[in-house]
Amino acid sequence: MKTKKPNPLASKYWLLILSVICVLLMVLSFVSDGKANTPLQVIADYTVVPMQKGINHVGTWLNDLADNFETLKTVKKENQKLQEQVDSLTIEKNNLQQEQAELERLRELYKLDLNYSDYEKIGAHVIANNGSNWFSTFTIDKGSEDGVKVDQNVMAGSGLVGIVTKTGPHWAEVRSIIDDASNVSAMMLSTSDTCIVRGDLTLMQDGVIRFEQLAKTENRIEVGEQVVTSYTSSKYLQGILIGYVSEIHDDANNLTRSGYITPAVDFTHLQEVLVVTKTKAEMTKQ
Amino acid sequence: MLKVKRVFITFLIIIICFLLQSTVFQNLEFASIAPNLMIIVTASFGFMRGKNEGMVIGFFCGLLMDIMFGVGSLIGFYALLYTLIGYGNGWFKRLFFAEDIKLPIALIFGSEFLFGIVNYLLLYMMRSKFDFLFYLSRIIMPELVYTVLITLVLYQIILRINQKLEAEEKRSASKFV
Repeated sequence: MKTKKPNPLASKYWLLILSVICVLLMVLSFVSDGKANTPLQVIADYTVVPMQKGINHVGTWLNDLADNFETLKTVKKENQKLQEQVDSLTIEKNNLQQEQAELERLRELYKLDLNYSDYEKIGAHVIANNGSNWFSTFTIDKGSEDGVKVDQNVMAGSGLVGIVTKTGPHWAEVRSIIDDASNVSAMMLSTSDTCIVRGDLTLMQDGVIRFEQLAKTENRIEVGEQVVTSYTSSKYLQGILIGYVSEIHDDANNLTRSGYITPAVDFTHLQEVLVVTKTKAEMTKQ
Repeated sequence: MLKVKRVFITFLIIIICFLLQSTVFQNLEFASIAPNLMIIVTASFGFMRGKNEGMVIGFFCGLLMDIMFGVGSLIGFYALLYTLIGYGNGWFKRLFFAEDIKLPIALIFGSEFLFGIVNYLLLYMMRSKFDFLFYLSRIIMPELVYTVLITLVLYQIILRINQKLEAEEKRSASKFV
C-alpha cells in the first residue's frame, strides 16, 4: 500500500465545512442573543483565563517595579502639591459636611428611601485587554459564579468605566464607555438636561469622548460641568460620574448642543475596577 | 504519536500568542496600537503547512478571539475571517522556501492589510463611519507596521519549531521504509 495521494478537492470541502460552521455559530449566537455561547465561554474559563490571571500578576509586579524608580525630586514636589491639596480639600470637606447635614434633613422631610450614592460593589482585576485595536473591551477576573451578570455597571474610583457584556464562570467582558460601540444616556449634573455620551475611536487618542443631543435651553453649561448617568437610562444606574465637559458648542440645527467630555477614569492605566452588583432592571423592578 | 506532538505544540503556540497579544503587548503599545500575533500564526502556518492546516489553525485562532473579545455576542465572525486567511495563505505553499524571508513578510503584510480593511468595512463602515483615511492612517497602517516588525522575530521562532517537527517526522517515516 502506498500512501494516499492528496485529494485536490479535499481542502475545498474543508473550507466549506469550516465556513458553514462559522456561519452557523454566527446565526446561533445572534438568534439566541448570546445565550448559546455559554459552553464556549466555559471552555475559556479553564484554558485562557487562568493563564491571563497569572500573566497579569507578573505585569502588575513589573509596573510596580517601574514606579519605584521615580526620583526623589518628583516625589518631593508631588508631596508639596498634595499638601496644598489636603488643605484645600479640608476646607471643602467642612463645607460639604454642612451641606450633607442639610441634605439629610431635607431627605427625611421628603422620605426618600432610595439613596443612589451607595451601590453595593465587588472589586475585580483587569486581566486582559481587547486583542484587536478596533474596540476597547477588557476582561476582568470575576464571573457569573462571583455574582457578575450582564448589564451590571462597572466603575473605577468614583467614575463610570463601562458595562458587563459577557460573562463566563470566572471571567467577564466589560465594554468601556470609550469603546466605539458604546452609548450612554447621560445628564448634566446641575441642570438635569439629558444627552447621549458616545464613544468614538477617532477621539480615543485625544483622551475625550463625545456627547450629543443636549437640548439647547436657556440653561448655561460651562466647561468643567459634571456629567453623570441619567435617570432615563435603561441600563446605567443613575448618578454615576462619567466626566467633565471640556468643550461645548451649538449644533448647526440650533436646537441641540454637543461637545466633548474628559472622562473621570484614566482608561490607559486601568487595573482594578468595581462591579455594581445590581442592574438597573433589578432596581426598577423593586 | 508525532501527530499528537504536533497538534499539542501548535495548540501551545496559539495559546501563547493569544495570551501575549491580550496581556503583554497591550502594555507595549506604540501610539496605543498593539500588534496582531494571531495573524502571524495563522498566515505562517498557512504557507508553511498548506491550506488544510492553515485553515484549521485560523479557525481556532479566530474562535478564541470570538469567545474572549467577540463583536458583541456574535461568535464566528473572526473565526470565518481567520479561516479564510489561513486558506488563502495555503495557496502559497508551493512558492515557500525556508531561507526566503521576503515571501512570508509579504504574505503576512497582505493578510494583515486585508484583516484591517475587512474590519473597517464590516464593523465600522456598516455603522456609517466613513472617515476611511483616519482609520487607515491611525489604526490599520500602524498595526500593519508593528505586526510586520514582530513578524521578523516571531516568524523565525515558528519556522524553527516547524522545521524541527518536520525533521522528526521525516526521520520516523524513513524508519518504516
